Amino acid sequence: MSLVAEGIKKAFSMLVQGDPELWRVTLLTLRVSGTATLVSLAIGVPLGVLLGLSRFPGRNVVVSAVNTGMGLPPVVVGVAVSLLLWRSGPAGAFGMMYSPGAMVVAQCIIALPQVVGLTMAGIMQLDPRLALQIMALGASRIQLYALLVREARLSILAAIMAGFGAVVSEVGASMMVGGNIIGQTRVLTTAIVLEVNKGNFDVAIALSVVLMLLAYSVTAVLTVLQQKGRHV
Amino acid sequence: MNAGAAGKGLLGTAGLLGTAPPIMEVRDLSVVRGGKQRACVARFDLQDGEVLAIMGPNGAGKSSLLLALALLIPSAWASYRFLGKEVSVRNVLGFRRSMAVVFQDPLLLDTTVSENVLMGLLMRGMPKEEAQGKVQHWLRRLGVAHLALQKARTLSGGEAQRVSLARALALQPAVLLLDEPFSSLDVVSRMGLMKEIKPLLRQTSTSAVFVTHDFTEAAVVADRVMVMESGRVVQEGTPRHVLAAPATPLVATLVEFARVMAGMLGQ
Repeated sequence: MSLVAEGIKKAFSMLVQGDPELWRVTLLTLRVSGTATLVSLAIGVPLGVLLGLSRFPGRNVVVSAVNTGMGLPPVVVGVAVSLLLWRSGPAGAFGMMYSPGAMVVAQCIIALPQVVGLTMAGIMQLDPRLALQIMALGASRIQLYALLVREARLSILAAIMAGFGAVVSEVGASMMVGGNIIGQTRVLTTAIVLEVNKGNFDVAIALSVVLMLLAYSVTAVLTVLQQKGRHV
Repeated sequence: MNAGAAGKGLLGTAGLLGTAPPIMEVRDLSVVRGGKQRACVARFDLQDGEVLAIMGPNGAGKSSLLLALALLIPSAWASYRFLGKEVSVRNVLGFRRSMAVVFQDPLLLDTTVSENVLMGLLMRGMPKEEAQGKVQHWLRRLGVAHLALQKARTLSGGEAQRVSLARALALQPAVLLLDEPFSSLDVVSRMGLMKEIKPLLRQTSTSAVFVTHDFTEAAVVADRVMVMESGRVVQEGTPRHVLAAPATPLVATLVEFARVMAGMLGQ
């Protein structure tokens, strides 16, 4: 019990004193996971819309793959991205291994199925005649998709939260492709693992508190956006 | 309900418009949906300024025909002339922007009433100020100007359908396509809108195609009636003509109700 109390005390003193290493790790976490979420949105929302609207043979196979991907183990993604970016691998020439860029790639792959799956579900929940009505108003393809995204915005905000939540909390892939290098690729989750391994439970608890606060703040902002104007 | 008066009105209109080419002229239109032929129409003409009702029971292919005319669902035709031009698959959007559709459910977007009406105008590249003027005008015209800033999802069924009509008419379409626009409304809202729609169409010289399964509605609103059965047209003529000489037992059944109603009112 005293260990936990110590940890929480340490956490607050680190936060209040503005421990520079803590800040650096927190900012890098936000940068890597934020970028990964944004990239996965840029790719995943259009894919989700298309998948939600289209009918083609084998669609169920694709949808099942996306749904399976929503539970993709980060460690497996880590292995795949490592093999890809490894110096002798197919994308080895970019020299991205053990860089924040590599972590963004891995986290993107983790967030993408969440974004695609939840966007698709959101679009499919809309009245199918709504798309007809929007087209009847004279919408071009792009205008149609933009309006459908707007109609499904609650689901898409849920997709952002799920995507960000998945990547900010994962450790396996970041550890594997980032390498947990101090000052370069150390993020909150990998730092927590390291501190626990070193027996520094107080620092680990402090980092955990920061991670929870970060996840909560981002989600809170998105939730406020999502719930705006929802009165019955 | 006076079907005869509506019929007389039509004869006058048809006489005036008889020589002008139809605004919409379709030959051998076929709609296949879900592996089944929903509509197969050899000849479909709509005169400029005419209000045509497509009537028939559920599953007769009325809505399929309407959606195909609106270029919203895949369909095949031998020839489709609209506003004097042959409709091509490549320029569907351009043709679609000369029409407007009102569905059975208002299908308003989750935003304010005025935004809903504004949207189609902005899609056509109209400057926002001009568009907002039109929105105001049409909301007033349909008696829903006081709802402009309300969220569309908070409206009653009747209000929402008025907004949906304002949204369509604001686009000043050459042809307005209405898919059972009154059938989800209560009797009071339904009668109110039905009475207003015909003068509105006349004043704006908008041609309209109006799908309904109710002969009374057809008789009140339309100049001409086209009756469909199992995807095919079985009778065409003025409401009075259809009422007087139904071509098939099914048409007879469809008009019977209106006749019974008229008889009851007569007593």
